[in-house]
Amino acid sequence: MYKYDEYDHAMVDARVAEFSDQVRRRLAGEITEDQFKPLRLMNGLYLQLHAYMLRVAVPYGTLDSRQMRMLAHIARKYDRDYGHFTTRQNIQYNWIKLEDAPAILEDLASVEMHAIQTSGNCIRNISSDQWAGAAADEITDPRPWAELLRQWSSFHPEFSYLPRKFKIAVIAANEDRAAMRLHDIGIQIVEKDGQHGAAFYVGGGMGRTPMIAPLIKDFVPLDDMLSYAEACLRVYNRYGRRDNIYKARIKILIHELGADEYRRQVEEEFKHVKSLGIDPPKAEFDRIAAQFAPPPLDASAPDEIDRSDPDFAVWVDQNVAKHKVSGHAIVNISLKPVGGIPGDASSAQIDLMADLAEKYSHDELRVTHAQNIVLPHVRKADLYAVWQALDAAGLATPNLDLISDIIACPGLDYCSLANARSIPVAQKIAQRFADPARQRDLGELKLKISGCINACGHHHAGHIGILGVDRKGTENYQLSLGGSGAEDVSLGTITGPGFDEDGVVDAIERVTDKYLAERNEGERFVDTFRRVGMAPFKEAIYG
Amino acid sequence: MKLLTGNDLKTGFVTWWTGSDWSLHIEDAADVGEHGEAILAAEEGARRVNAPYIINGEQTADGPRPAHIKDRIRALGPTVRPDLTLKPADPAAGDWVI
Repeated sequence: MYKYDEYDHAMVDARVAEFSDQVRRRLAGEITEDQFKPLRLMNGLYLQLHAYMLRVAVPYGTLDSRQMRMLAHIARKYDRDYGHFTTRQNIQYNWIKLEDAPAILEDLASVEMHAIQTSGNCIRNISSDQWAGAAADEITDPRPWAELLRQWSSFHPEFSYLPRKFKIAVIAANEDRAAMRLHDIGIQIVEKDGQHGAAFYVGGGMGRTPMIAPLIKDFVPLDDMLSYAEACLRVYNRYGRRDNIYKARIKILIHELGADEYRRQVEEEFKHVKSLGIDPPKAEFDRIAAQFAPPPLDASAPDEIDRSDPDFAVWVDQNVAKHKVSGHAIVNISLKPVGGIPGDASSAQIDLMADLAEKYSHDELRVTHAQNIVLPHVRKADLYAVWQALDAAGLATPNLDLISDIIACPGLDYCSLANARSIPVAQKIAQRFADPARQRDLGELKLKISGCINACGHHHAGHIGILGVDRKGTENYQLSLGGSGAEDVSLGTITGPGFDEDGVVDAIERVTDKYLAERNEGERFVDTFRRVGMAPFKEAIYG
Repeated sequence: MKLLTGNDLKTGFVTWWTGSDWSLHIEDAADVGEHGEAILAAEEGARRVNAPYIINGEQTADGPRPAHIKDRIRALGPTVRPDLTLKPADPAAGDWVI
């Protein structure tokens, strides 16, 4: 994985020093909160319901065991012994003291991490496929391109004050595990005539106006990728709606211009940008790519798995995925124990996952946008030992992509923007469907909960989505069906009137019962919904 | 009744205006009546508390309580982590929040 060079170190260290002085001035009363707020936000420090919250970037979700241990250390020393992994493959700490923030950023910098550009109207953390470099279906590892985009977008002088925040995802497989088309720019590395190029999908997003990104360019030579991204951003930066925060995202611009006109303007801008020479020389890209070289995996390692322990076998079937190298597997660690808080992990659990990565996964971990953790390179012969260690730490819930593998934003329990709590609803649903056999019978069912219209919980992309709203001071939950953030991307449709907390759990059970009654052989929930439509589900829910 | 609340500058913790100072405990909150804006302006100047604001509340037998659910959650702590609230040893401490 990527290691900082002298420039990376210098930039991050300088920012830590700068922010430390800003904190000192704020604590000394030399600057007001109005003056300080944009400065702290540029360093990922929010003020939430109960305390300051620090959002730490995990570039494209990749980190090593040393970095993971530092995340545990921060949880233990500066927070309340846990962290919350987010839908942007980051981690958040909910109980940070302002006076500790400089020390935390110093600690992060010591392991080549930071919190820069995890807030503000800039290009945020680049996200990617959590199985990158290991997935059997990828055409290449997308992370060198994600890293190139990270370097290009970090402190980009022209794009530090965009009309609104900007999110980019990069994948290199047909199976979309990164919700790529629900990003401001989604890049898919594709192959054409034996050459790799970048397909650009631009103008997707969730929030109050969800949109699926249209294809703007089906094949950009990779030598032109940065220039093309720059052209996409420049057109947005020039014409994006700075007058109305609700219409300021690029999706609104493209919707209003039309994809054809936006594409025309990007192509025109691209001709100019390409002349500026911002795409890196091949030697520089090769330097970056070399740091993502595959680990030395022994393809002759045993491919069989001893499944004699039935609990282990269930976990293997549900949480272990095919690796591109024989004898190896991708381990998905669920942070969704039944009744737990989706995405939360204690410092001890974070340390354990770091230890397992170091011992069994070539020192690599990934954070997923579904708020889980991945050990990408595990020998099949080691799976049982990994499972035993995870099980002892409460990290072996076999529910990947099942109904209890719920994405949930922090909601009104933590977030100052939220209108309703998300976590208690997730907990009640997981408890209602706690029976593992029942979950497996329901099959793949992606349930996502947001506590407000900003949609951090990706509810628009849930096979079942829940949106918490404030109805005259009371929490109310709208249900939507049929969304997907995967390669079969779609936006959910609202079923009808909302429910209270217990009512929405009952409604979901009526929906799943209807699915079981209607499904054809091999159909997932979302397949059945698409075939039969909303009417039978609406009838089941409301009578 | 009207309550004045904000977040402590150093810790970010939720804090309530008691009539003469700030407290972490909602039970200490004072009714600021019509003086909220003036207190708010003075306290913003003192720069001890971030983004103070005035909310509606009600007096109960157990003390003042915020009217809106968001501020009730702020007053005690996350409903999903009773161990992290201001009264972790009292299982009934959050009964009034939701």
